[in-house]
Parts: sequence; structure tokens; C-alpha cells
Amino acid sequence: MIRLSNNPVIDTASKLLVVAVLMFAFVFVVMVPLYNVLCDVLGINGKTSGEAYTSVPAVVDESRMISVQFLAANNAGMPWEFAPTVTVMKVHPGAVNDTVFHARNPMPAAMVAQAIPSISPARAAPYFHKTECFCFNQQPLDGGAEAELPLQYIVDQGLPKDIHTITLSYTIFDVTDMADGAVAAR
Amino acid sequence: MCVEAKRLLKLALGPVLMLMSVAATAAGGEVSSVNMSPGVTEVGERIYDLHMWIFWICTIIGVGVFGVMFYSIIYHRKSKGVTPANFHESTKVEILWTVVPFFILIGMAVPSTTTLLDIYDTDDAEIDILVTGYQWKWKYEYLNESGENVNFFSNLRTPQSEIHNSEPKGEYYLLEVDEPMVIPVDTKVRFLITGNDVIHSWWVPQLAVKRDAIPGFINETWTKATKEGVYRGQCAELCGKDHGFMPIVVNVVSRQEYDEWLAAKQIEAAEIKELMAQTFALDELMERGEAVYARSCLACHGANGEGGVGNAIKGSAIATGDLATHLDVGINGVPGTAMQAFGGQLNDVDMAAVITYQRNAFGNNMGDLVQPIDVYNHKKG
Amino acid sequence: MGDHHHGPAKGLSRWLFTTNHKDIGTMYLWFSFSMFILGGAFAMIIRAELFQPGLQLVEPAFFNQMTTLHGLVMVFGAIMPSFVGLANWLIPMMIGAPDMALPRMNNWSFWILPPTFLLLASTLFMEGGAPAAGWTFYAPLSTTYAGPSVTYFIFCIHVLGLSSIMGSINIIATVMNMRAPGMTYMKMPLFVWTWLITAFLLVAVMPVLAGAVTMMLMDVHFGTSFFSAAGGGDPVLFQHVFWFFGHPEVYIIILPAFGVVSQIIPAFSRKPLFGYDSMVYATASIAFLSFIVWAHHMYTVGMPVAGELFFMYATMLIAVPTGVKVFNWISTMWRGALSFETPMLFSLGFLVLFTIGGFTGLMLSIAPSDFQYHDSYFVVAHFHYVMVAGAVFSMTAAIYFWLPKWCGRMYNETMGKTHFWISFIGFNLAFFPQHFVGLAGMPRRIPDYALQFADFNMMSSIGAFIYGLSQIMFLYNVIATIVAGKPTSEEKVWEGAEGLEWTIPTPAPYHTFETPPAIK
Repeated sequence: MIRLSNNPVIDTASKLLVVAVLMFAFVFVVMVPLYNVLCDVLGINGKTSGEAYTSVPAVVDESRMISVQFLAANNAGMPWEFAPTVTVMKVHPGAVNDTVFHARNPMPAAMVAQAIPSISPARAAPYFHKTECFCFNQQPLDGGAEAELPLQYIVDQGLPKDIHTITLSYTIFDVTDMADGAVAAR
Repeated sequence: MCVEAKRLLKLALGPVLMLMSVAATAAGGEVSSVNMSPGVTEVGERIYDLHMWIFWICTIIGVGVFGVMFYSIIYHRKSKGVTPANFHESTKVEILWTVVPFFILIGMAVPSTTTLLDIYDTDDAEIDILVTGYQWKWKYEYLNESGENVNFFSNLRTPQSEIHNSEPKGEYYLLEVDEPMVIPVDTKVRFLITGNDVIHSWWVPQLAVKRDAIPGFINETWTKATKEGVYRGQCAELCGKDHGFMPIVVNVVSRQEYDEWLAAKQIEAAEIKELMAQTFALDELMERGEAVYARSCLACHGANGEGGVGNAIKGSAIATGDLATHLDVGINGVPGTAMQAFGGQLNDVDMAAVITYQRNAFGNNMGDLVQPIDVYNHKKG
Repeated sequence: MGDHHHGPAKGLSRWLFTTNHKDIGTMYLWFSFSMFILGGAFAMIIRAELFQPGLQLVEPAFFNQMTTLHGLVMVFGAIMPSFVGLANWLIPMMIGAPDMALPRMNNWSFWILPPTFLLLASTLFMEGGAPAAGWTFYAPLSTTYAGPSVTYFIFCIHVLGLSSIMGSINIIATVMNMRAPGMTYMKMPLFVWTWLITAFLLVAVMPVLAGAVTMMLMDVHFGTSFFSAAGGGDPVLFQHVFWFFGHPEVYIIILPAFGVVSQIIPAFSRKPLFGYDSMVYATASIAFLSFIVWAHHMYTVGMPVAGELFFMYATMLIAVPTGVKVFNWISTMWRGALSFETPMLFSLGFLVLFTIGGFTGLMLSIAPSDFQYHDSYFVVAHFHYVMVAGAVFSMTAAIYFWLPKWCGRMYNETMGKTHFWISFIGFNLAFFPQHFVGLAGMPRRIPDYALQFADFNMMSSIGAFIYGLSQIMFLYNVIATIVAGKPTSEEKVWEGAEGLEWTIPTPAPYHTFETPPAIK
């Protein structure tokens, strides 16, 4: 066993101190990343991947029909008008689908929004692939401006058979204060 | 005397009552004051059965353990002149009481697992309702595949005067809202639950539903009530100052009543839309404003605008001053005070009416009118 | 260090600069008792407000500050330091060591506590008030929506964590290096064992709490988004990190209590502890299981069903080692020669009430039922049965048991027994009805409630006042004993007591075991 000191008491104490420091580091370098990985893989909380899915050529399963339901919500203090243009889509697993959300900034000043997706039931999240999504980036809008925000997605053929409806909710947050310089400048 | 005596008896006999209520296994919908209620759903009954199953296992083990202990306390006391034995281990019994509990636990785990899987099966719901927790109220939005969604806020209706003890408390003190959720009986309803600001938790014990409302994330659960009635619940996750004052009321009604209610709500919403574009005369606004005032302002500001929890409106600098400031207070509230932002709760017609009312009632005689378009323009900056 | 037999220094500096384990133990115990009174005062305000429906005494915002501070002060200020104090007094005496291994660090770990709690209590007078998000301070209520006091609160938690880690390192270093020759691990008194395991738990999880509050600090002041969905974070992550600390924390509080009753019950049964080895293994298993059950506090956040099942099964397993302990204590009593002095009464009170708390814990582990129990008064009742009747009762038993040894004076037995019975009745009156209101649907942490909960809440408040007042009697009894109790010089104050601490003179001299004792 490694000895940190010739004094056995100091040796024990130093080792314990190292353990304590490692546990502190464990929170940041293991727990947080591991949680995010688990969320991506298992769809904990209905979180979906924050990165675009590189689509692999897939067979469209025309025997199944999945309802994809869209919801839009504003977090506290977010004045934008924000809504899906289509509330429900019936899609086949494997097919590439497109839709748009509509957003309008009613305030006089430019603002930046971040949309956060969440999927329910959560276990469907790993099977919902976004190839293109406005939620990948912060969205700036000038005062009074409107925008059509695109979303392109594929429902994986591997989706468990007992799931017939997937709900995708976007909550928009006002991130004007913490926006990336590049986005704010746009 | 009789009431007091009954109360005392109830207090003294609490534990006995619990066992009795078990024996009587309350009929669906009945609320016990000492035990969990099976409620009005199949899931609720299964949870209740599970609860009682574990309760009885614990009771039996408890009787055994405490029985042995009290036997020892009574018969193995020094004052009886016993000489203590000296044994201090027995591999046989130690293995026995490690292994036996495993099997008891399996007997608990099996029904728990099946019930849990059932609770998680949200598929094939007929109605979807988006429930959003706000500090400190709930918003319900009925998702509609074709046409407009119906949505409304559900606020505590109990007046401040009852909370602050200046008036006697009503029967449903703290468990009453201005607009309850309405759902049809015998129908699987799916709740999509989220939070607007902090984490809340939507709990209706009789419907066996409790799920956290987390800002930015969506949770789902479901219920299928088998009996019509009014079921009450509360927010279960500490969400700030008025966490104790955001109740939930769900009216379970017949399918027909539900359809009528929903249609009426849709018509109401369409009417409001039309009204938004209209201009109103002073007396029209005053009449509507008085009703809105009674519903949304009176609790804090008094029946005659004399104030209470909130400032007086009668003769106040805001209600008799600059119109834009008055609109701003009404729409955005006053941060850090009990004055909430009503912009998201009242539609523009009601907001225009109530502001007009406040400026022209209680002897405030400003003579100016606010039209819905003014409210709309103010909101849009 | 020429004269090993000098006594304590005089005056204030004795306490400020002391490195003597007995002095430090004494300070910890008095400090924790004062925190117990402070946290108790907060509880009395809570129960007074809940005496009747309606708001009478305090406003909701202040009520939330009371529930938050009550929890924080009781957990971090009263219970944890009290057991550290006990460890300081007893561990060296039980393993035949002259003092703790790191006496100077011992002094620091104590003296950073009082200013920290002074700071925490002073947030009550700050603009915006004290922290009000509950002792579990879930984000974003404790971050984005918190008042300015959150920064001070985070600082306090950091210092408390530091103190606990230093205290634990000291205990582990002492137990591992300072045992008298012949005192093998499996000969150590169970109190030492439970504390050794507790100390390892503390070293492992206090840094996790420190990590959680550091992330909060960064979210509040440095624009990170660990717990805010807006920046890609997740408020639920906070709960995972918090309970990864929080569940072991629960066992940190209860394991030393197990150790205490494992010393007291054999003494008054005049019979050795039954199943010593299995007690050690059960304690270690409980400690291990505590790391894989944290999410049973979060059944309603919407975890995947597989996660719920895993945490449910793991949690149910805890019943096995806990059951072993209860069975062992009862077998210790079986065919002993029992007598019922105050320490024994409190230990039996512990045994009965902790077992009830264990049963409700088992009920709470069942995920589907927990959807109805979660965040209701049923939970409040459950954890007060394990925290108060578990940790506080056993701590009270410990004081009555070892006080005569420490100060060479006997406490007033009649008053001690009266204290027990009033505490026992008051406690049950306060907390048993909370099971009922919880099952009937009353959520926790609310300043006002619906009318159907009124009777039981009034009863609960009366019980709480009785329990609270009975602690004044305890304080009086302890002071009266130290000042003017009946002197005793018997080495074995209690006929059936076993262990090295009963072989030294009474009252315990300032320095003990400067030459290691011979272990049979």
C-alpha cells in the first residue's frame, strides 16, 4: 500500500483528504457528465440529444402509425408568442418528417430565446431523432419580428411497440442576458 | 358538549379508528380522516390495497417483535431476582432472521411491481390535458387536435378574510378554486405536467395522481375516474411563499356534461376573441368590471376598494393617476409584493373592464375608459 | 510536554485553545444542545402557527424560513455535532487511546461551527429573509428564485462540510492508529464501529454536498446552467446530487445512535450484546446500501420505470440488515436481568419508536404507494420517528448513561424517568397523528391547512409543546448534576456496564490511558 507519510496518523489523514477531494471532483467530472449521458441514452426526463442526428438510410415501416403531438410553452417572464403550426402529425417510423413552429417577439427590443425540448413518455426519447431543430441554437429575434422555426425528425423503427403517441414539448426561455456574443450580434 | 366530546373521542381513538376504517374498507370516494383513501380509480384501489397489505405485514411483524420485547420486559427483570443468561450468538437463528425477511420482501415486491407498471401505461388516452404549475396557481389546457385549445387558470377562491380569520371559514377552506378542471367519468385522461417557474407537484389523492411539474420538462401520468364527483388536492412540492394556497379541484362529470362544458368553453373563447376587437361604452365596462373585480381583486382590495391585504384603491394615486401606470400594475403586477401580474390571467376585455371599473368606482371619478385594444397595445409595448 | 499530568488551563483560553478530547467533546455537546434549543424554538413557531387553521402568528414567507432553518439547524447543528461530541469523549476512552489522533484539527473542526451557525441564523434579519426553500433546497427555488441570503447559506454549508470532514478524518485516524495493543477491530465496542463506518460515509458524501452547493453558487453568480433548463441544465440533476449526499446523511445520523443503544441495552440487561459480528456486518451493509437508494426520494419526478423498480428493490433490501439489528437488541434483552434506569428507558423508547419509523420507511419504499405518501405529512411523521425518536432519544440516553462517569456525580433518577415519560408521551402525541393527516392528504411544508385536518394538527401541536418543554427539565437535570449531583467514585457506575471507559477512575481524569491498558 502507498504511504503518504511515515507518521501513520498523518498517512491515514492524508489518504482520507485525498478521498474527500476526489469525491468533490467526482461530482463535477463524473456525476454531471454521467447524468447527461444517461439522459441521452435512456431518455431520463424526456431529454433528447442536443445534437443533430446523422440519418442512416432507413426502411420506412409503413405498417405502423405514430401520433406525434407538439406542445409549446413559455417559461416565466418570456413574452414571445410561440406555437406549433401543426399540433399533431401522424407519421411512420423511419420516415423523415418536417414541421415548423411559429414565433413572434412582441417586445420593442431584440431578444434571444432558447427552446428546450422534452419528450413524453420519456422512454420514447431515445427513439426520437432530430435531424434539424431550432432548439440546437439560440434564436434571436428583433423587436416585433416573426420567424418560422423548422424541425425535421425521424421516429426510430426501434420504438417500443406499445407506444402509439409521442408528445414533444418545447419550452422557450429568455436567454438575452446570457446569449452567446455571436448570436446576440446577429 | 356533544361536539367536544366527539372530538375528544376521535382524538383518543385515532389508531383504533384507522383499524376500523380498514375493516369497513370505505366505499369508493369516501375520504377517511385517518387512512389513505382508495379514491375513485382502479389504480387508487390497487395502491390502497398495496398500502394495506404492507401495513398488515408490518403490524404482524410488529406484534411479534414487540410481543417478545414486552415479554422480556415483564418476565426477565432483575427485580424478579432472575440470573441473566450468557448466550450471545446463535448462527442458526441469525441466518433464519436474515433469510426469512427476504421472502417477505418478495411478497411485497411482486404486487408493487405490477401496480407500478400499470401506472406507467399512459397509452390510449382519450383526452390530453396540459397542466402547468405557476407560482401559485395552476393552468389547464385541453389539447385539441382540431381547432383551438381550451385553456384557463385555476386560482384559490378562499378569500383572504377567511385566511386571516376575520370571517368564519367555509366548508372547503383552502380547497376551493374559481375554475375547476372538468373531466368525464370512465374515460382515460392523460395529464401532461410541466412547471412555468419552479418545481410544483400536482396531487389529487382521490384520483391517485401525483407527479412533479418541472420547468422545461414534461411529465405524464393518467387517471380514469369511475365515479362522478368533486375531488380536491393540493400542490405537493414546496414552491415558495404561497405553496399552501394553490389547491386543485377536479369535477368528474358524465360524458355528456363534459362535452357540453367543453363546447361552452370553446364558444366563450370565441366570444372573447370577438369582443377584443370591439369598443365598449362606460356602463358596459363598469358592469363587466364589477364582476371581474369581485372575482379577482376584492379579496385583497376590499368590497369598497378600502384595501386590506392590498392597498386601498379608493382615492389611490394609481387608480386616480396616470392610466399607463395603472395598466402596468394590473398587467405586470408589482414584484416583491402580493400584487400579482394579472396580464396572463385575465383576458384583455376583462382587464380593460376592471381597470375602467377601478378608475370610476368607489368615488374615483376619472371618467376615462380603457378599451381592450388599449390593453392589447400596452402588452405589446 | 514535560509534565503529562497537568490539568486544564484556566479561564476562557482553556476552551479556545484546548486540544483535549474531553474538553472538545464537552464543547460539541453544549453547542449541539444550544442548537437543539434554537431548532426547537423554530419548531415551536411552526407548531404554534399550525395549532389552528388560518394564519395567526406568522406570514407564509416567514413560515417557510422556519421550516428551512428548523431542518438545517437540527440536522447540521444539533444531531450531527452531538454525536461528534460523544465520539470525542468516548472513542479514545473506549479503545484505550490517550487522545484523538489529530488534536489540533479537532479544535479547529469545533471552533468553525459556532460562527457559521451565527451567520446562518443572522440571515433571518437580512433583506429577503433567511433561506426558505426547505432543508432540501431544490433548484430552481433555491437558485433563480432565492433571495440574497442564498450566498451566505452556501458559504455556511461549505464550512459545515469542512468541519464534518475534519471531524471524520480525525475519528478514522484515531480508530485506525491509536487502539491499545490487543484491541483488535472485532473487539472494539459497537459504538466505535458504528462511528468508524459513519466517518467513512461522511468523508465520501460531504464533498458531494459541497459540490452541489458549489454548482448552485456558480449558477447564481457565474452564469452556469447546471440546474437551469434554459442553458441546457436540469433541475432534477440537483435532486440526484443532493440525495446522493442526502440518503447516506440519514444513516450518518442514525448509525451512531445504533452504536449507543448497542452499549446501553447490554448494560441494563446484564448480558453481552447478542450477535456482535452480525451487528458489524449489518452496519456495513446499511452503509453500502445507502449509496444505491437515493432516488427513492424522487419517485414522483418522472424517472423511467426501470429506475423506479431498481431503487424500490434496493430500498426494500435495507429492511434486512435493519431487521437484524432490531432482532439482535431484543435477543440481548431475552433472558437477561433487566432494570429500567433512565438510559435504558430512553433506549427502549428508541427501540420501539425507531422500529415504527422503520415500518413506515418500508411502506414508503414501495414506489406505487409512495405516489400517495410523497411530500405528505406521512413522510414528516416517518422521518421524525427515525430522527427524533431514533437519533435524539439515543443521544439523550447516552448523556444519562455516561454523564455520571464524566463528572463523577449522579443525576436525579426520578427526574430522569419523568423526563423520559413526558418526552415519550409528548413525542407520540406530536408525531403519531401526523401519519393520519398525511394519509388523509395533507401536504408537508404548508402554513395553513383545510378544516378536516384541524383536530389532529391541534393534537400534534400540543404534543410538540409538551416534548419541547420536557427538554427544559433535561437541561435542568444535567446542570444540577454537574453542579450539585450526588458524588460517586465507583469506576463502574452501572452494574452491568462493560468496556474500557468503565475501568478508569470516576470522574474521568483530564488525561486517560497515557500508558495503554492491557486488553484481555
